[in-house]
Amino acid sequence: MNFFLLSVLKAAVVAFVLLTTLAYLQWVERKVIAHIQVRMGPYRVGPHGLLQPLADVIKLITKEELIPPHVNKFMYLLAPFLAVTMALVSISVIPFGTEIHVFGTPTWMQLTDLNVGLLFILAVSSMGVYGIALGGWASNNKYSLLGGLRSSAQMISYELPLSIAIASPLLLVNTLSLREIVQAQTGSIIHWNILRWPAPQIVSFLVFLIAGFAETNRVPFDLPEAENELVAGFHTEYSSMKFAAFFMAEYANMVTVSCMTAILFLGGWQPLFSPAWGSNFVPTLIFTAGGLIAIYHGLNPARKLDRITLPVTGVVFLLVGALFLVPAAQNALIPLFWFAAKVGAVLFLYIWVRGTLPRFRYDQLMRFAWKVLFPVALANLLVTGLVVALW
Amino acid sequence: MDVILFLIFAIIAVVCAVNVVVQTHPIASAISLVGVMGSLAVLYLLLGAEFLAMAQIIVYAGAIMVLFVFVIMLLNAGAESKRGRSLVAQLLGFPLLIALLALASYFIQRYYPGTATVQFGAFKAGTAQNIGRALFTQYLLPFEVTSILILIAIVGAVVLARKEL
Repeated sequence: MNFFLLSVLKAAVVAFVLLTTLAYLQWVERKVIAHIQVRMGPYRVGPHGLLQPLADVIKLITKEELIPPHVNKFMYLLAPFLAVTMALVSISVIPFGTEIHVFGTPTWMQLTDLNVGLLFILAVSSMGVYGIALGGWASNNKYSLLGGLRSSAQMISYELPLSIAIASPLLLVNTLSLREIVQAQTGSIIHWNILRWPAPQIVSFLVFLIAGFAETNRVPFDLPEAENELVAGFHTEYSSMKFAAFFMAEYANMVTVSCMTAILFLGGWQPLFSPAWGSNFVPTLIFTAGGLIAIYHGLNPARKLDRITLPVTGVVFLLVGALFLVPAAQNALIPLFWFAAKVGAVLFLYIWVRGTLPRFRYDQLMRFAWKVLFPVALANLLVTGLVVALW
Repeated sequence: MDVILFLIFAIIAVVCAVNVVVQTHPIASAISLVGVMGSLAVLYLLLGAEFLAMAQIIVYAGAIMVLFVFVIMLLNAGAESKRGRSLVAQLLGFPLLIALLALASYFIQRYYPGTATVQFGAFKAGTAQNIGRALFTQYLLPFEVTSILILIAIVGAVVLARKEL
């Protein structure tokens, strides 16, 4: 019974954090893109637009539920449901940190550890294609159909280099369980799979990242929803919550791919350098520095309101930094910090790329997958296998 | 618990399988087939064959069926019209099916009487390590022959596609 209660608690916490992350990821994306393009981004709802996600959710929920008369109703309703379910399920095998004690019961910061966890994520994400393909088909609209077709072709093509890129680090760690993959990379950055002796996986990391961009339909691979040719692609006919479901699925897939990158190549919750060199003080240092900068700017305010808001933010930052020094909390918080930092860095890369690169043309996209990415991934797998076998 | 889950997913599998045949639209049939694959994967999981279950979803539900759906969408195949079946087929179809199943179960019972029924979770060799080891030692020859067979099929497909162009 204790186990059951704990599992429910963990599931509730993870679901809450994931959904909040998804909502705020969209805010972060709009802000970062805005700053890349020298704009302000969302600014009106709450301070610095911080309540914008809430406003968006209310808008999407209260919008009129519209089903166009020309659609295949069953498939039309099934598609967003399928997309969002498959996108959210994979978080259940992601390990966020080490073993902790909750009310005296030892438990892992992970919902469940399957011994085929990696395959589970691949399986679930490959099922997610149906959401987009069916949504495009069921809408009975030529733009939607083209979007659906493009996405299924693109996802089939890029799944191959993605899987092969995953296979090479697996040769180094010899397990499919995500928790054991992270545990095999214990130590500083030179033990992470990306730099690991004898076969550094830098090539495989890049292939995985690029294929991951394509799998999540992000710029520069967002041809399924290329707005200058296809209106909005596969979700042209969707509105209100059904549109929100597709939107959420895209961001959830982004989070999953970022978590996978962190776990497979960047050592998951392992710190950048060993705790013996003081890596446990890094979070405190970062938060203290942030807090001090905020307080300094609060003392020399550019606007009237900054006199209050910036010092308050600074004090909050200092308190969070102090929290990382509490020995009881350290065990849980520090792995979580490193994991969040790595996932956040990859997510920032996603947004950065969106603000920087133009979209591929369709034939370029396919040629790139089959003639560049796939051979490179295959060659990397061969070399890694040879090195691991000979070492 | 195992039995309940087995019943649920076995029923889903059978209903989806019947649906594949009954549906007139190819997309609906394909999606039902995905349902069959998915519930089969759950049945594998119940037996303790995790790797097989995941391979089932990745390869069949994830790759092959997506390709099916893609081709159906690309050709824009419409719903097929129901044609009247002949009187013989209408009268004899179902009884003959029952007879076939009865015969099959009779012969299985007769020639393999000692075979015990499968227990849930009894299959312990379902991990990726075990399957990999078996593939590359005990079944090496069939494995390599299959890979060459697939290579031949790929080359054949490319040659046929070239001719079309």
